[in-house]
Amino acid sequence: MLNIYCPHCSEMRSEEEFHAHGQAHIARPEDPGACSDAEWGDYIFFRDNPRGIHHELWVHSAGCRKFFNATRHTVTYEILETYKIGEKPSVTEASVAAAKASAEGVTA
Amino acid sequence: MSNVNVYKQRPDAAQAESPLFHASLHELVGKGSRNAGVNLREKKLLGHLTLRGDASDPTFASGVHSALGMELPVALTLTSSGDTSLQWMSPDEWLLIVPSGEEFAVEQKLREALAGQHISIVNVSGGQTLLELSGSKVREVLMKSTSYDVHPSNFPVGKAVATHFAKAQLVIRHTGEHTWELVIRRSFSDYFWLWLQDASAEFGLNISQ
Amino acid sequence: MSQINRLASGGRVDRSQPLSFSFNGESYQGFAGDSLAAALLANGVDIVGRSFKYSRPRGIVAAGSEEPNAVLQIGSTEAAQIPNVRATQQALYAGLVANSTNGWPSVNTDMMGILGKVGGKMMPPGFYYKTFMYPQNLWLTYEKYIRKAAGLGRAPTEVDPDSYDYLNQHCDVLVVGAGPAGLAAALAAGRSGARVILADEQEEFGGSLLDTREQLEGEPAAKWVAKAVAELEGMPEVTLLPRSTVNGYHDHNFLTIHQRMTDHLGELAPMGSVRQRMHRVRAKRVVLATGAHERPLVYANNDVPGNMLAGAVSTYVRRYAVLPGRKLVLSTNNDYAYRVVLDWLDAGQQVVAVADVRANPRGAWVEEVRARGVRILTGSAVVEARGSKRVTGARICAIDVASFKVTSPGEVLDCDLIVSSGGYSPVVHLASHLGGRPVWQEKLLAFVPGEGLQKRVCAGAVKGVFALGDTLADGFEAGVLAASESGFKAVIGTLPSAEMRHEEASLALFQVPHDKPTARAPKQFVDFQNDVTAAGIELATREGFESVEHVKRYTALGFGTDQGKLGNINGLAIAARSLGISIEQMGTTMFRPNYTPVTFGAVAGRHCGALFEPNRYTAMHAWHVANGAEFEDVGQWKRPWYFPKNGEDLHAAVARECLAVRNAVGILDASTLGKIDIQGPDAREFLNRVYTNAWTKLDVGKARYGLMCKEDGMVFDDGVTACLADNHFLMTTTTGGAARVLDWLEIYHQTEWPELKVYFTSVTDHWATMTLSGPNSRKLLAEVTDIDLDKEAFPFMTWKEGEVGGVPARVFRISFTGELSYEVNVQADYAMGVWQKIIEAGKKHGLTPYGTETMHVLRAEKGFIIVGQDTDGSVTPDDLNMGWCVGRTKPFSWIGWRGMNREDCVREQRKQLVGLKPLNPDQVLPEGAQLVFDPNQSIPMTMVGHVTSSYMSAALGYSFAMAVVKGGLQRIGERVFAPLVDGSVIEAEIVSSVFYDPKGDRQNV
Repeated sequence: MLNIYCPHCSEMRSEEEFHAHGQAHIARPEDPGACSDAEWGDYIFFRDNPRGIHHELWVHSAGCRKFFNATRHTVTYEILETYKIGEKPSVTEASVAAAKASAEGVTA
Repeated sequence: MSNVNVYKQRPDAAQAESPLFHASLHELVGKGSRNAGVNLREKKLLGHLTLRGDASDPTFASGVHSALGMELPVALTLTSSGDTSLQWMSPDEWLLIVPSGEEFAVEQKLREALAGQHISIVNVSGGQTLLELSGSKVREVLMKSTSYDVHPSNFPVGKAVATHFAKAQLVIRHTGEHTWELVIRRSFSDYFWLWLQDASAEFGLNISQ
Repeated sequence: MSQINRLASGGRVDRSQPLSFSFNGESYQGFAGDSLAAALLANGVDIVGRSFKYSRPRGIVAAGSEEPNAVLQIGSTEAAQIPNVRATQQALYAGLVANSTNGWPSVNTDMMGILGKVGGKMMPPGFYYKTFMYPQNLWLTYEKYIRKAAGLGRAPTEVDPDSYDYLNQHCDVLVVGAGPAGLAAALAAGRSGARVILADEQEEFGGSLLDTREQLEGEPAAKWVAKAVAELEGMPEVTLLPRSTVNGYHDHNFLTIHQRMTDHLGELAPMGSVRQRMHRVRAKRVVLATGAHERPLVYANNDVPGNMLAGAVSTYVRRYAVLPGRKLVLSTNNDYAYRVVLDWLDAGQQVVAVADVRANPRGAWVEEVRARGVRILTGSAVVEARGSKRVTGARICAIDVASFKVTSPGEVLDCDLIVSSGGYSPVVHLASHLGGRPVWQEKLLAFVPGEGLQKRVCAGAVKGVFALGDTLADGFEAGVLAASESGFKAVIGTLPSAEMRHEEASLALFQVPHDKPTARAPKQFVDFQNDVTAAGIELATREGFESVEHVKRYTALGFGTDQGKLGNINGLAIAARSLGISIEQMGTTMFRPNYTPVTFGAVAGRHCGALFEPNRYTAMHAWHVANGAEFEDVGQWKRPWYFPKNGEDLHAAVARECLAVRNAVGILDASTLGKIDIQGPDAREFLNRVYTNAWTKLDVGKARYGLMCKEDGMVFDDGVTACLADNHFLMTTTTGGAARVLDWLEIYHQTEWPELKVYFTSVTDHWATMTLSGPNSRKLLAEVTDIDLDKEAFPFMTWKEGEVGGVPARVFRISFTGELSYEVNVQADYAMGVWQKIIEAGKKHGLTPYGTETMHVLRAEKGFIIVGQDTDGSVTPDDLNMGWCVGRTKPFSWIGWRGMNREDCVREQRKQLVGLKPLNPDQVLPEGAQLVFDPNQSIPMTMVGHVTSSYMSAALGYSFAMAVVKGGLQRIGERVFAPLVDGSVIEAEIVSSVFYDPKGDRQNV
């Protein structure tokens, strides 16, 4: 049972109040008509399945009914941050890799 | 005003059945256990309005204030004035509960005060009802039912949250040290009624009017 | 003779409260304070069950949750049956009825026992896979036999009369285990003011302190326990949960605790009480003070009743005043186990000998034992137990651990109790539930919890801190840390002083060597519950199962309810030795929730019976019930299905209801349709984007049918939306789609088009809806409304406001039946009164209430789809022949437009919705039936579609159906065939899906 910080209610709530809606930051193409079938197929059906950092769209369905994004680690299930729609994540695969490299640099 | 349909929906006099009408609560008054840990009453047939608007727009907040005489409550709180209460539901949504029959006039007043703004006011009076639970064991009944932390350190008087409850959803409002309100949807009201009877059985349940 | 093994004094039992109970039909007596296991031992019950595979007699081995054999079936009546109860964890109560789980037909004379003996070699590990899986069709027969013989406990066949529930808890610090470390941690955290929960699986708090011979502050340790518990009880923010097993450690510090609230009082909970409770705890910090389990040594015939854990015997003697034998032999590799000798001597009993594998042990307790004249055979171990249903002797030999050899012929000593200790295994289960892999520590000869991401701290024996004084200090420190990490300032406190004792190192010993090779020696059991032997593990490694997880699955080591509590480490050690690698290299298997079995009652809580799932009701439900409706579940809603009269069946009632609507007037409760109020200057634009058709020109006062698609172009909901004012619409959705559609609107508004000024609010529950349908509906409605119903004033696909039955209403002139129809919407609080007035006024118009089944037939006669019945997420509007509902020239690329224009959606020969008319007008096609063009082709036939809706039409006088058929719209007039499972074939003609009133005159009158 995950414990999730709702960025609109500004507090932790239990997973049962939420629904997950898959990968975040999948923008609807500006001009769908200009998309090839392959591009449109990518938009509708194809999603990443990373081992590690994953940005996800969630909705606080039993609470404020607002959608928001969560950065979750798919192995540990840690939720590293949640942020509002329109905002950018501060924890990314790149930022984690950089932090790791710098930590190793210090100890080495 | 003309671009929305504002309609007086409650009749001045007609047979009314609140969502828990079928439970005949009035016949159960006083028949529960003495020293019951939980007292329940339905605060029925009140006017419920869902208000939407832009909280960050000062003219919205001031419009609401001029119409209701109340400040917009901040996240997860409830403000009351007499029999009227205003509750934060979401960053752009509030639940306004007024005495039965006042909802039409209040909506008109609000629309007047907020004229020209992008807002929405929806009468949902028939769709929900208010249950008041009071007594020393209410907190335990709530703990049986919701994963939300109802300890006073997390849920002081004046707080109000929408959350998961049993296998459904509702709003919990902490209105007094041992007094709580549940805002429940009409169609789920029988489920909640059965659930509350069962969950409070070990503490004793009393129905009050 | 009663309680032959009970000491005259001592223990924590109340001799003034005798309790009678029965086991396998025999009556016995024990005392209040006994566990069932203690009471059985007090009465000299040696055999508590038969083993899983070999059916060998088994006795009680342990005193706690690690007990592998005394796993019993409890309950005197059918409804009260509980399987898989550990006798060591069940408090004795008056009238308790227990039975062996796997004794069939009887634990003492067991048919399988003989089989097991002669056929022992027939059942190596992997036996079930190797033998019984082939031939596969016999497996079912074997399985029945094996399950009965093995006995995995059985569920009651009657309803449990007790009630169970959940309690959602939140705390700053959850302390798991109330032994010395846990109590100290709880005191430290509690004194800081933090919200603390202390849970322990035993009847009383104290853990090892309840039966230790060590003292605290110069007093029996139990006295300090009482003081500590009293202090904790006085703290308002501390919750004490005895009889509560923390069974699962889940994500984000969520733990489940199974509390047995009344199981110690009797078979059924007292009136009004909850029997068991599942605490669902979210803890800011967790202190794991789960302690350690003593490991038995693995030697030949170590499963014969009378072989026990050393520490368990101390517990029985000191806590329960029970002697599980008379003449004791101890086999050990460590100092701490010597306490059982001292306890046994203190109880006035005979210690035959101690076999210590170490060459020259000199620890404090060893010397004390030596000083009391007990014979200690060093460099030795019990190699083999003698006896079949009870130990009669122990063969002790000198052994060489390094070469794994027996080095002396040894001697057989008369005894009736062999206790062994191979060291202590930290209870790492909870720490590894989320994947934290335990780490081997050679110094401790044990796995300790590994790193975990959870916000937890381990304290005491679970991390290898064993000395009492150190354990208390470690626990206290953990409590201080946990409290401060959750934001509380720790208060300085004092701890009781414990005596320091010289203890020497243990010598690693797991399996004791035998003169014969393991495979030929008498069985040396590793996992009693799953009947896994040392030879079996060796066999597994010989057969190439080298990974610890594979060995586990091949042998069943640590399976099921046991979760490897006793046998895991020994099994790993044997596998490692057999493979010539270290235990560290071997690694350990992981543990999963639940730590011990949990009753289904506690899992279900109060979510059962009427509360299993919410039932949703409309405002007119009571009327439907009073008028004899049969109900249909539509999502969570209870909708009237049909209203039978005078014993009608479904078909008769539906035929009557259908004709009433077609010929007079019917009334339907349509309140369950989803209703969404939409306000804002961009409301119309939003509708344009989410519906397939155009909304730009819908005037105020009018209503329009709309289809919604997903981005892939497939239909996912439909409904009528009315324009209430320029910036104000009322959308209706399908009953099942209400929540989904609102979610759909919100996700697009919040994530894609936040610039559109529009708000959505569900008004499904606010409005009650009653549909009047049929040629008489205008006449009827006119009697109860002030609205002008004239066809010019109130045409089809418009709505009006006015009073109906004295209540303000919105009336929509829309039709799902093809007849003249009015949908009356009133605030739900007033709906029952309005409904009753309409019913009353309708008497002279032949008004007939109808349900969902009639609604389905009537709409199908008109070819109207039901989303989810005639569609399945793979159907476009064009497939439905609803191209008229697609706005091909709308400027914005609305949801679904791009998708339905991809190659596959515009190809020829897609499955299309058509009508089917069976040639035999009395034959109703089964819904879901597959269709073929040629019924004489060979199997597998080429299927070309399926039936989506099918009914008998009373109005038409023949059966009809809707179906999707490959290229169906080009095949009107052709034949399709539905070959059915019984071999028969129904032939049907492909026709238009509109069967009744194709021009739509009737709804337009």
